[in-house]
Order: sequence, then C-alpha cells, then structure tokens
Amino acid sequence: MNINATLIGQTIMFALFVWFCMKFVWPPIMAALDARSKRIADGLAAAERGKNDLALASKRSAELLREAKEKVSEIIALGDKRASEIVEEAKVQAKIEGERIVTAAKAEVEQEVFRAKEHLRTQVTAVALAGAGKILGREIDAKAHNDLLDKLVAEI
Amino acid sequence: MGFWAFNMDTLLVSLLLGLVFLFLFNRVAKSVSTDVPSGMQNFVEWVVEFIDSSVRGSFNGRSALVAPLALTIFAWIFLMNLMDLVPIDYVSLITQPLGIGHFKLVPTTDPNATIGMAIGVFLLVLYYSVKVKGLGGFVGELTLQPFGKFGLPVNLFLEGVNLIAKPVSLALRLFGNMYAGEMIFILIALMGASWVSFTFSSTLLFGSQIILSLGWAIFHILIVTLQAFIFMTLTIVYLDMAHQEHH
Repeated sequence: MNINATLIGQTIMFALFVWFCMKFVWPPIMAALDARSKRIADGLAAAERGKNDLALASKRSAELLREAKEKVSEIIALGDKRASEIVEEAKVQAKIEGERIVTAAKAEVEQEVFRAKEHLRTQVTAVALAGAGKILGREIDAKAHNDLLDKLVAEI
Repeated sequence: MGFWAFNMDTLLVSLLLGLVFLFLFNRVAKSVSTDVPSGMQNFVEWVVEFIDSSVRGSFNGRSALVAPLALTIFAWIFLMNLMDLVPIDYVSLITQPLGIGHFKLVPTTDPNATIGMAIGVFLLVLYYSVKVKGLGGFVGELTLQPFGKFGLPVNLFLEGVNLIAKPVSLALRLFGNMYAGEMIFILIALMGASWVSFTFSSTLLFGSQIILSLGWAIFHILIVTLQAFIFMTLTIVYLDMAHQEHH
C-alpha cells in the first residue's frame, strides 16, 4: 500500500487516454450527434412547412371554388337575362310579323272584295240590261245606252 | 521496495481496461452514422450524451478538453471499479499457477492509481488557472483573499489547503470507497473459507457468504457507478472553478 512510482505511470497513462479520447473518440461521435439532431430539426421544420403549405393550398382551393361558383351563378344569371331578352325580342318580332300578315291579308281581302264587286257590277249590268230588255220588249241599243248604264253601275 | 517500484498489477489492469474503453468507443466513432443508431452505437451515444449533459450542467466555459476528459474518467474508473465484482478467489486461481503471488485486480484499490489520476486533474486545474487568470491572477487568488493583502500568510494557508484538498479528496474518496468495498468482499469470502465439515456453523457461514456477497455485489454496482460519477463531476467542477475569475 506504499506510495511509489506507479502513480507516475498512472498519470502518464491517464494523460494518453484523455488525449486519445479527445482526438479520436469524442469529436466524431459528437459531430454525428449534432448532425443527427440537425437532421431531425430539419425534418421537423420541413414537416411544419409542408403543413403550412397544405393549409395555404386548401385555403386557396376553397377560394378558387368560391370564385368559380360565383362566376357560374353570374353566367347563369346572364344566360337567363339573355334568354328572356331573346323571348321578348321574338315576341315583338312575332307581333310585327303578325300585324304585317294581317295587313297583307286585309289588303288582299279588300282587293278580292273589290274584284268581286267589279265582277258583280258587270254581272248586274248584264242582268239589268237583260231585265230591262225583257221589260221593254225590245232590244236596247247597248251602244246608245252605255253611258246610262255606266252611271248606273257606278251608283251601285 | 522504495519509491521507484512499479505495481505491475495496477498498471497492467488499468492499461488493459483503458484500452478496452478506447477500443470500443473508437470503433463506434469510426463507423458512426447519423442514421438510426443500433446496438453498440446506441449505447455509446447514450453514454456520450449523458457525459455531455453533465459537463454542460456544471461547466460554464468553453473547452474542447473537459468533455472528453470527463468521458475518459467516467468510463475508465467505471471499468476499473467494475473489476471489484469479479470473485476475488478466482483471480488467484489464475495468477497462482503463473507464479504471481499477489495480484490486485481492482486498480482503484491501489492508492497509486487514484492519486495518479488526481494528480493529472490537479495539473489541469493549475494549467487552466494560470491560463485563464494569468500567473499574477492565480497567485493573487491564492494570497489576496479572503482577508486582503495584510492577511497574506493566513490567506495563503487557507487557499493552499483549499487547493491541495482538491486532488487529495478526489484520490482518497475513490480509493477509500473501493478499498473498503474490496475489504468487505474479502471478509465475506472468509466466511466460506472457514469451512471445516458439514457442521451447523460451517454450513451457516457458507450460506451467509452466498447471501451476503450477493447483496454486497448488488449494492456495489451502485457504488461502482456512483464513485466513477463523483470523480467525474468533481473534476468538472474543479476545472470550472479554475476557469472562473471569482469564486
């Protein structure tokens, strides 16, 4: 149990071990630990970023959807308006057309009536002449009485 | 045996254990990866992180030396203390046929080993004291407080005792604990060694040895770790004090 030179040897050994540990053991392990903790921190940060991105994207998509809906309803409203306009226009057109047809028909009818009257007039003239001829018992000189007859026709 | 004798058992065992520690840790350090660690790397990282947090907790300065120093002290002393758990009679079973009379397997029960390490720590304390505070600052710290320059002899005595007490307490605490523990192992082993025949007292002693040595060994697992931890923590604290301007 006496104190002897062993302690010198022990001190030297101690110093060598510490030197070796400081040189070849501690730094690589510590570097690896630091690198790993940095990697984990990076991973966590990336996950956080991804989460934020997702939230942003879903917000943006909701916004887009809302905008699209708005646009669609706008378009539908526009279409409705346009359709009623077209219907209105068609109605006006139809009215005008109808009026035109009616006018034309009226004119035709008038013309027809006129023509019929004209025809009737000539017929009446012939009948009147024939009647008058029979009544008078003699042939009326058509030529001599044409003026008279014409006046009669105009009066009818 | 004069001063220039070497206790070869102490030196050999401590050298071997130091090499075991450095070999294991260096192998991990070489193949260390930042992927998911497994097996030995896991264990080594756990130890390194434990030491690192201890150093960060007690040491306020920045030094590349203190943490590896603490790791070396802890692991080396732990391994040396752990030899305490090897049944003492088995050692002589191997060494006796080799012609070695007395072989001390636990280096920390040799005061030379603990004093040797304490001297190493003490030299570091001196070195950092002078490096951080300058030679004048260090001498001033030793002589000018706590009573001012007129109480110089008293100051020197008080601070000198304070300074010397550091390595002495380091060395003797470890040595005392391990030596006492080993002594009790020897005493327990003597109970079974006093076997005569199948008498009541011999059987009782033998059974007591088994139970007591088991209990003491389990308790010693705690002491082995605790003493290594205390030596390491005190070293960190002493070096921290050496780095501080005022204490």
